Amino acid sequence: MMTSVNRRDFMKAAGTAGAGLVLSFYLPSDSKLFGEPEAESFAPNVWLSIDPKGTVTITSAKTEMGQGARTYFPIMVAEELEADWKSIKVIQADADPTKYGSQATGGSTGVRTSWDKLRKAGATGREMLISAAASKWNVDRSTCYAEKSTVIHRPTKRSLTYGELADNAAKQPVPENPPLKDPKDFKIVGTWVPQVLTADRSTGKAMFGIDIKIPGMLYASLARCPVFGGNVASLDATKAKAVPGVRQVVQIDNGVAVLATSTWAAMQGREVLDIRWNNGSDAALSSEKIRLMFEEYSKKEGAEGEKMGDIATAFSGAAKTVEAVYELPYVSHSPMEPMNCLADVKSGSCEIWVPSQNPQSAQSLASKITGLPIEKVTVHVTLLGGGFGRRLDNDYVEEAVKISKAAAVPVQLLWTREDDMTHDLYRPASRHVISGALDGNGNLTGWNYKMIGPSIGGQRSPERYKDGLDRSALSAAIGMPYAIPNLLVSYVMANTAVPIGAWRSVYASQNVFAIESFIDELAYAAKRDPLEFRLQMLNKSPRLKNVVETVAEKAGWNNPLPRGIGRGIACASCFGSHVAEVAEVSVEKDKINVRRMVVAVDCGIAVAPNTLEAQIEGAVVLALTAALKGEITIKDGRTQQSNFDAYPIMTIGEMPKVEVHIVNSYEPLGGIGEPAVPSAAPAVCNAVFALTGKRVRSLPVTKLG
Amino acid sequence: MASISLTINGTKQTVNVQPDMPLLWVLRDTLGLTGTKYGCGIGACGSCTVHIDGEPTRSCATPILSCEGKSILTIEGLEQNGHLHPVQEAWIEEDVPQCGYCQSGMIMSVVGLLKQKRNPTDADIDDALSANLCRCGTYNRVRKAIHTAARKGGAS
Repeated sequence: MMTSVNRRDFMKAAGTAGAGLVLSFYLPSDSKLFGEPEAESFAPNVWLSIDPKGTVTITSAKTEMGQGARTYFPIMVAEELEADWKSIKVIQADADPTKYGSQATGGSTGVRTSWDKLRKAGATGREMLISAAASKWNVDRSTCYAEKSTVIHRPTKRSLTYGELADNAAKQPVPENPPLKDPKDFKIVGTWVPQVLTADRSTGKAMFGIDIKIPGMLYASLARCPVFGGNVASLDATKAKAVPGVRQVVQIDNGVAVLATSTWAAMQGREVLDIRWNNGSDAALSSEKIRLMFEEYSKKEGAEGEKMGDIATAFSGAAKTVEAVYELPYVSHSPMEPMNCLADVKSGSCEIWVPSQNPQSAQSLASKITGLPIEKVTVHVTLLGGGFGRRLDNDYVEEAVKISKAAAVPVQLLWTREDDMTHDLYRPASRHVISGALDGNGNLTGWNYKMIGPSIGGQRSPERYKDGLDRSALSAAIGMPYAIPNLLVSYVMANTAVPIGAWRSVYASQNVFAIESFIDELAYAAKRDPLEFRLQMLNKSPRLKNVVETVAEKAGWNNPLPRGIGRGIACASCFGSHVAEVAEVSVEKDKINVRRMVVAVDCGIAVAPNTLEAQIEGAVVLALTAALKGEITIKDGRTQQSNFDAYPIMTIGEMPKVEVHIVNSYEPLGGIGEPAVPSAAPAVCNAVFALTGKRVRSLPVTKLG
Repeated sequence: MASISLTINGTKQTVNVQPDMPLLWVLRDTLGLTGTKYGCGIGACGSCTVHIDGEPTRSCATPILSCEGKSILTIEGLEQNGHLHPVQEAWIEEDVPQCGYCQSGMIMSVVGLLKQKRNPTDADIDDALSANLCRCGTYNRVRKAIHTAARKGGAS
């Protein structure tokens, strides 16, 4: 059913005899982040249904990558529905822009953009079930209430289960504005709910993209030019075709795919392909050249992102000025499940199984490649073996669709780890030049911040950034929480051929590292305590100030530390949430050992504290791997690291103790997947300074100089 | 092609595959046992860990030819008579997994560790799992679950 409507809210009940209650609800497009047009027409999608056995089925439109989408979606519905948590079943939505609004799972949007809608869906169901019971008993509905998938008549204690009521509930009028619960009455929200997939993930039953098999499919391995932007000059596939198990060799625009009856045979065939590459124009690119380019570009006047007051006067009248330069390398996503996609292109249809954070973009890409209308392209979203932003892009989907189309068979394309690491869309390298002016009282009166680095949007669509300003590259640098009377925040776009993309917390991770390190430098220059220095500038940011105070108290900021341990603090407001972190470190033989991370977070309400805590631990491990170990370097136009031997990942023995303190402010909801990433690295590096007097201005800190 | 006889999760099997094919791909592609994961192909990440004659081993770097006559245990074979292994039960109790991709290998390494040391110290854990990588941040819960499993006699 397609209906053209302008209303942003739309709820509809449907019920055929014996089918129970089915509630459809339109979740409007929640994100312009990815530049997708908002759908104007839609077919209402089934958000929740209750069958006569009482099973409540809830659809999750967002991708599950370990962050708990399939747990927090049902939590929000079940809370208002007053459903028994044990009766909940979750199903994963296929891609469908006409039904779900944006399904892109990124920007830490999952909970905060669904909260009102899913609660309303649950409340609507609850009110209709209560109406159904009241009409059956012929009593006033105000004398009935719902609890644990049952409606109870208060005076007589009679009860009917949701399963018994489901058919009748479908015939009740749909309430326009069902009452939502007061947060103090929440029974599921805010409690420790185990992730719904834990058993499957502990038994090998969880199905990731790599695990999907369909009849007749072949396994594919794709050789790409090691140099960014290169392509095939000539190919001799004779030897590859002779490898046992190899069935086809197919050339597509960016490489050569070997198709075989096993993954191993496909990889073996690929190894013996004779390909001469056309390296293109970037074969001389190197990290050193990029660094020098950034240095040169530092002299340029940046595009203005934010300006307040008069920095010239602030600096000329300063009692003290401080300047520093911070440099960050490219880093990889390297989720444990390498990129993969199963595509089955037929003459009139295309079916795809993919672990993607952005299934609707996968669908439209496949539609363009195959020439099929969008509704003929089905995209099933599998579980993801990690995302971290890498799977917002669907380059591997494009490849699989092209290969399946050319070979006329279903194809499961699997990237090797080497493919994954050498053809990642990296977190951009960057250079940050900052100067600060302190007055005679040690107050920060002037701030001049210039960020130099590639633009994710600008490298893909330069025409969109004619003025050189990509505001997202200045995220967390524009609108800083600190009250600084005179400031200038600017950006110099420095694009290169190295592919880049969104990496958990995107540009906030680089900017906050530079900002929070420099704030620390200024505090020391002003001979003030780094905590007190921050707090004094946070009066216009009460939520952040509160978490900074909380983390300081929980970490025992003013308590003396044992010899050999240093303590540092950093904080950030991003993705709608407010986070402060205190790190405790020791240093042995130039190796930084992070012993303890104390994290305080205000994301409004902690809908699912269990997954929230896990997300904070995840943010810490990803951020610290990048800060202490991770570096992708470029030489001869290609990535030098290709596997975990050259690109080490933090291990269990290196993982700090993480203490999470949730501040429920009941203010508007923020995200949770990303906000704890940016302040982790500066907290650690500030602790290193407190301990050693050595200021870290370049990452990763593989050794203390 | 080679004909290789081996025991997988208690069942004798013969597979006809290329002799240099790693055990990982025989399990996943030939036998459909997809619980064992590919992560790096060089034995560096631990996602592919299975037991060969009781020893935790990286299946991605183990040619099938070397498995002739051996007994293989994968994540699918941990469950006995409808009961999860105590390590799996501890995993569920502590709600360990995030994305879950590395967890099969992690669990197989832990089952091996608890066979060697019924009550491992934190240092034992760091050592035994030093090449089981997780990008999501489950390490602290992994550690907690190992202690839980040990307390409940997880070596069984």
